[in-house]
Amino acid sequence: MTLNLQARIPTGPLPQKWDKHRFEMKLVSPANKRKYTVVVVGSGLAGGAASATMSELGYNVKCFCFQDSPRRAHSIAAQGGINAAKNYRNDGDSVYRLFYDTVKGGDFRSREANVYRLAELSVNIIDQCVAQGVPFAREYGGLLANRSFGGAQVSRTFYARGQTGQQLLLGAYQALERQIAAGGVKMYPRTEMLDLVVIDGQARGIIARDLVTGAIEAHVADAVVLASGGYGNVFFLSTNAQGSNATAIWRAYKRGAAFANPCFTQIHPTCIPVHGEYQSKLTLMSESLRNDGRVWVPKQKGDKRDPRQIPEADRDYYLERKYPSFGNLAPRDIASRAAKEVCDEGRGVGETGFGVYLDFADAIKRLGKSVIEDRYGNLFDMYERITNENPYEVPMRIYPAVHYTMGGLWVDYNLMSTVNGLHVTGEANFSDHGANRLGASALMQGLADGYFIIPSTIGDYLATRKPAKVDTTHAAFRDALAGVAERTKRFLAIEGKRTVASFHRELGKIMWEYCGMSRNEAGLKIALTKIPELRAEFWRNVNIPGSDAELNQALEKAGRVADFLELAELMCIDALHRTESCGAHFREESQTPDGEALRDDDHFAYVAAWEYAGEGKPPILNREPLVFENVPLSQRSYK
Amino acid sequence: MGRLGSFYGSMVGKKVVMGVTGLIGIAYLILHVLGNLLVFRGPTAINSYAHFLKSTGELLWTVRIILIVAVILHVVAAVQLTQQNRAARPIGYTRREPQVATIASRTMRWGGALLLIFIIFHILHFTTGTIRPAGVFSSEDVYANMVTSFRIWWVALFYVIAMVALGLHLFHGAWSSVRSIGVSPKSPQPFHRTVSLLLAVLVWAGFTSIPVAVFVGLVR
Amino acid sequence: MNLTLHVWRQAGPDAPGKMVIYEATGVSPEMSFLEMLDVVNEGLTERGEVPIAFDHDCREGICGSCSLMINGVAHGPMRGTATCQLHMRSFKDGDTIYIEPWRARAFRVIKDLAVDRSPLDRIIQAGGFITAPTGSAQDANNILVAKESVDDAMDAAACIGCGACVAACPNASASLFTAAKITHLGLLPQGQSERYRRALKMVQQMELEEFGSCTLHGECQEACPKEISIDTITRMNRDFLRASLLGTRP
Repeated sequence: MTLNLQARIPTGPLPQKWDKHRFEMKLVSPANKRKYTVVVVGSGLAGGAASATMSELGYNVKCFCFQDSPRRAHSIAAQGGINAAKNYRNDGDSVYRLFYDTVKGGDFRSREANVYRLAELSVNIIDQCVAQGVPFAREYGGLLANRSFGGAQVSRTFYARGQTGQQLLLGAYQALERQIAAGGVKMYPRTEMLDLVVIDGQARGIIARDLVTGAIEAHVADAVVLASGGYGNVFFLSTNAQGSNATAIWRAYKRGAAFANPCFTQIHPTCIPVHGEYQSKLTLMSESLRNDGRVWVPKQKGDKRDPRQIPEADRDYYLERKYPSFGNLAPRDIASRAAKEVCDEGRGVGETGFGVYLDFADAIKRLGKSVIEDRYGNLFDMYERITNENPYEVPMRIYPAVHYTMGGLWVDYNLMSTVNGLHVTGEANFSDHGANRLGASALMQGLADGYFIIPSTIGDYLATRKPAKVDTTHAAFRDALAGVAERTKRFLAIEGKRTVASFHRELGKIMWEYCGMSRNEAGLKIALTKIPELRAEFWRNVNIPGSDAELNQALEKAGRVADFLELAELMCIDALHRTESCGAHFREESQTPDGEALRDDDHFAYVAAWEYAGEGKPPILNREPLVFENVPLSQRSYK
Repeated sequence: MGRLGSFYGSMVGKKVVMGVTGLIGIAYLILHVLGNLLVFRGPTAINSYAHFLKSTGELLWTVRIILIVAVILHVVAAVQLTQQNRAARPIGYTRREPQVATIASRTMRWGGALLLIFIIFHILHFTTGTIRPAGVFSSEDVYANMVTSFRIWWVALFYVIAMVALGLHLFHGAWSSVRSIGVSPKSPQPFHRTVSLLLAVLVWAGFTSIPVAVFVGLVR
Repeated sequence: MNLTLHVWRQAGPDAPGKMVIYEATGVSPEMSFLEMLDVVNEGLTERGEVPIAFDHDCREGICGSCSLMINGVAHGPMRGTATCQLHMRSFKDGDTIYIEPWRARAFRVIKDLAVDRSPLDRIIQAGGFITAPTGSAQDANNILVAKESVDDAMDAAACIGCGACVAACPNASASLFTAAKITHLGLLPQGQSERYRRALKMVQQMELEEFGSCTLHGECQEACPKEISIDTITRMNRDFLRASLLGTRP
């Protein structure tokens, strides 16, 4: 059985598609909207914005988050900014240019129509956020300020200090809280979705566990929106929050939603290196640091001298050497791979040898310490707090870390998955970033999906399908409830020897080693034997103390890690099948003579949408061909 | 009830009441200390000042009523807020280390209670003459009342202790009252409080100087 | 290094709790405070004991989940730092560390060190927003906001909602939290129409949740990981006073 992947891209010229589609979509009359209940899983930019907006429209919304408050969703941690094609700088930006940059930056593995719509809506997002009181940076005249970001050639990034994600999320959160008070949204904090209920091919609700009481409950819905974020925590160490997980989308996958491009994982080049076995997370240092910092390693292997004692002649500024035109500002995937390369050669720095210097000595000499302090003071402070080293004097040490997952559940133009009525937004879907996401565009996508796309397309779904009444006594609900309860009991009954975290850490090592910054056939095959072994041991030997009728954080983690142990395998299968290199997916077998990623458009210009085939059976590959009518396929070059 | 009732019903409202009544008290204390210091210019100066005050009649009583109402409101609001604040943390910490709270801010309640006792004593002592530690009292000779009383060690000591409490109360109260009523300007260093420090020190020194001066024999 | 921990253990909201002593051994100074607790929890799990529950998520000081009273100081000894960014180099070998949950009537203990901070959400529900339904916005640059105003608004908007202000306040007052939002929105032109209604409603809700009152000890500002100024409280009082005396019409 293969899926019929219908992207439902509207016909007509690119700039008119969304407008035309909005007109053609059916509407739900105001009086009928309140008769429909929409379940939203996740309260970040995509989920929070969608919940608030759908409630404003009149739908009944039930919003779920595992955190104690919707304000803590991981969108809050985004630092740099949000792109919008406002062209306030008069520097030649336009909707078309943002669209073009995003398609090209994604290395031609995203859908043109979706990306164009994203670029169009970017403009409305800024308007909406300003109206809500998001304190974006301003010029003295009172107009909005912009900066260039992530190597973009135009200044289109709006920002609120280094806390843009926080401020955008608080805007959505406040709109959401307003709707909660108005009665349109019922909020379920500290509640985790553990299964999707599908009846007659339509998503009709979820099974969720109250993390405080342990109660497992069914929630009926006429449509379900998953806005549960990305799955970077498969790697154990990532810049994601500790609780970020794939359970919602993984459960949906097992209920029939196709998983697209699972292997596309973004590795961010500027993070603070790992410092010990017990480490729980990696901290991102804003990409903006590369505007003034110079990246280097010693020329000699194992040169353990104090970096300040290493003379210029013994240093290798490898990004400047390899990419003379972009230098230290080379895109994320390229900068990350280059760092890995020099460390693999044994020239890495720091205790572990997995680090490179990001040196501000020249910038301080050129601009003075006070200018650098002005630009990066808070980042330098944060670095010092974590590492106890003063970056004004000693070069920073950085290393790439898992940051974002471009892959996710497959969705059509309406953001609906292959399960009718199951919509997926934000990082949880695959839609807009192709094989590599550009800086400052994750926030843009989350909010475009949440504020503008889903509230329109959900109406079309409900008006067209008119879901029949069901309640929790339906067999599908009863079965799903029983399944979740049984799985919970199973976890507690294992009573093995190892902690959940030890399995997670081991899984992370396998993934980082074989499915990280560069991948090859042999390594992926090793991972594909190691992961099932680890999974088997997990189900035999994990130890989860406590009961299921209380706040049990070990039990929560166990459920998430159990799903990561399955998802990791799918990621490796996907990475193995895609023998080309593209964007963040670097297959060592597919590179240019000078070591750059080499795409294979003849064989891989498609979205790989994997379909669950049942327990123990290999997943089925479905292909959605990608057609590029507007941006001609070309090889990226940053030389 | 209405708007005013619900205003007082709120804790912020009560704090505003405490701030306003506190400022009334501060204004009064400034005049009071300046008047008292006339004692150093001899009996005639202070006695004629006292006489002048009494001669204002209705004005004096207006001020007295304002002060009495202010004290009552200040105290009632303080008691009510204290109860609410205690209820807000039924289970305390095993260990708690205040970081910036001053001795002044942390003794507002006990210091305030002491001051209330002191005020009552003070009125009975110098205004009505109900309490006569030295056995004598003259409503005309304020100077003599002071001198005879403050030669008695425990009276002088009580006044000195009460003035320490007053200084501390002012150090925190003068600074916080303008914040409670929302009129203090934004400041890069909100904990800097030069004005209230100056005020507290001057009022404390002014009032304390009298019993001390009498007791050691500088004023006789 | 080796440490002695005194940790508040409480099985559930209605269960009695007590301080329990644990030895944390082999702690490295590079560990974060929460990583140290992770290690302790791994040990407890391996011994078949129930690990210590505590809230945490982003571990980079922005989500506001972490909430520990460490040696009597909210978020521990480092100024302007949430618990998750506190590192063990702030402690010495042989130290005894007291770890307690936020204490306030409004913050019910859920388990061990995790408390229910939903009262803070309800304060926002009462008025901590600008009513701007999606789609109704004009062009962003039509609203001019002076740089000084937006900078001050951002200072207040930096609040991460962790509740350290409540925990550190001798009166368990949520004034700094409430005032930060009133200040953020009240400084912006977009926030003017609802400014006084917002102050009135949010203060009323704060009191309904049974937080204490502000006595200006300043402990909240000192405990705040974002170092939000108590000047915001002055502003809250001013707007509340104005709303109470003259009504909520701008």
